[in-house]
Amino acid sequence: MNESGIPGVIVIAQAEGDGVPLSEELEAEAVEGVEIEHADEDTFPPFDATTFPSQLLWLAITFVAFYLLMARVVLPRIGGILEDRRDRIANDLDQASRLKQQSDDAIAGYERALAEARSGAYAIANEARDAAKAEAAAKQATIDAELNQKLAAAEKRIAEIKDRALGDVGAVAAEAAEAVVERLLGQKPSASEVSAAVTAANRREGADV
Amino acid sequence: MATDPIHQFHIDPIIPIEVGGVDVSFTNSALFMVITVVLSSTFLIFATRRRRLVPSRLQSSAEMLYEFVAGTLRSTAGSEGMKFFPIVFTLFTFILIANLLGMFPYFFTVTSHLVVTAVFSILVIGIVIFYGFWRNGFGFFRLFVPKGVPGVILPFVVFIEVLSFVSRPISLSIRLFANVLAGHITLKVFAGFVVTLGSLGALGFLGAILPLIMTVALTALEFLVAALQAYVFAMLTCLYLNDAIHPSH
Repeated sequence: MNESGIPGVIVIAQAEGDGVPLSEELEAEAVEGVEIEHADEDTFPPFDATTFPSQLLWLAITFVAFYLLMARVVLPRIGGILEDRRDRIANDLDQASRLKQQSDDAIAGYERALAEARSGAYAIANEARDAAKAEAAAKQATIDAELNQKLAAAEKRIAEIKDRALGDVGAVAAEAAEAVVERLLGQKPSASEVSAAVTAANRREGADV
Repeated sequence: MATDPIHQFHIDPIIPIEVGGVDVSFTNSALFMVITVVLSSTFLIFATRRRRLVPSRLQSSAEMLYEFVAGTLRSTAGSEGMKFFPIVFTLFTFILIANLLGMFPYFFTVTSHLVVTAVFSILVIGIVIFYGFWRNGFGFFRLFVPKGVPGVILPFVVFIEVLSFVSRPISLSIRLFANVLAGHITLKVFAGFVVTLGSLGALGFLGAILPLIMTVALTALEFLVAALQAYVFAMLTCLYLNDAIHPSH
């Protein structure tokens, strides 16, 4: 691209040195060349050792300041916040479990009281029923006894009346037998004979009955 | 129309400072380091200022960041690894925020410079070596001698183990640096296509749609990379710390 075959940079150096553009073509080259020359005098920035001391110094200052600030202020603070929160949560959980324990105990006590009350009520009901039963039984017994007594008295009276009646029957029979015999025989049988015969007849009758 | 994809990595002094002939100017890189630190510190302090038992959204996000890093560290390095929690958290947050800030147009990406990522990786490996020897003494060398390896191939295995250990700081720093650098260059190149093609008239305007879609997709990808690389860095830090705590395989 360069007619003279000389590297562009040198040509441009000439052009710049002279301060007079040789031709339009060279002028165009020169514009390009200035850039090349600029890039040459200025090495690739990351490898430009002249900037190293400044970078190292300011990096040291800023980084050490940053480190101290982090290590002394920020990290203890955030660590403290997190620890407080962990403690708080642990405490709250503890308290919650303690309260739950308490409520469980209360529920258990309530259940126990309820069971006791229920069994107490059952016992009272049983007792009342037994007492009522016993009372009823006692009353029935006295009534039964009274009735039996009355029955016995009635039977006794019936027996008495019967005996008297039976006795009267014997006397009537003896009189009737005496009258019959007197009419038939014309003579009065002795009282003892009549009574013996009636009794014997009675006994036969009684055996039949 | 000059869309130099490298220009975004230039370090320019804002407040020139020179100490003993060494240029230690307050540059755009330093500015974004400060912004990274101030932004993340302010956020974390502001979000947690009330110390609420029931966290607000801000506080919740700060706690999530904390628990994420703590969970990663605890699961890889065990509870003993938690003594390194501040440094892992600081590294992760710094890299994450620096990467994400770099996604804004015209913002400088602190982690796109090898010297920065190298400092991080040397810090990590330095801690690993220092703590490894302090805790285990020469037992730390067990790290290079896996158990149950036949004696014949043991020297070979030890050589590989040493090599992998030595390459750790290199891979750790270059992985982050290269991912961020390459992503930003790609993004810039495709975005440059959009402008270049768009200025070529109607046909070019139509042609610019494809790189525009690519740019949008790449932007999403780069956000992923920004977060992922911060995570990878922190994760590997945890793994290496685990080696320092438990050197026997």
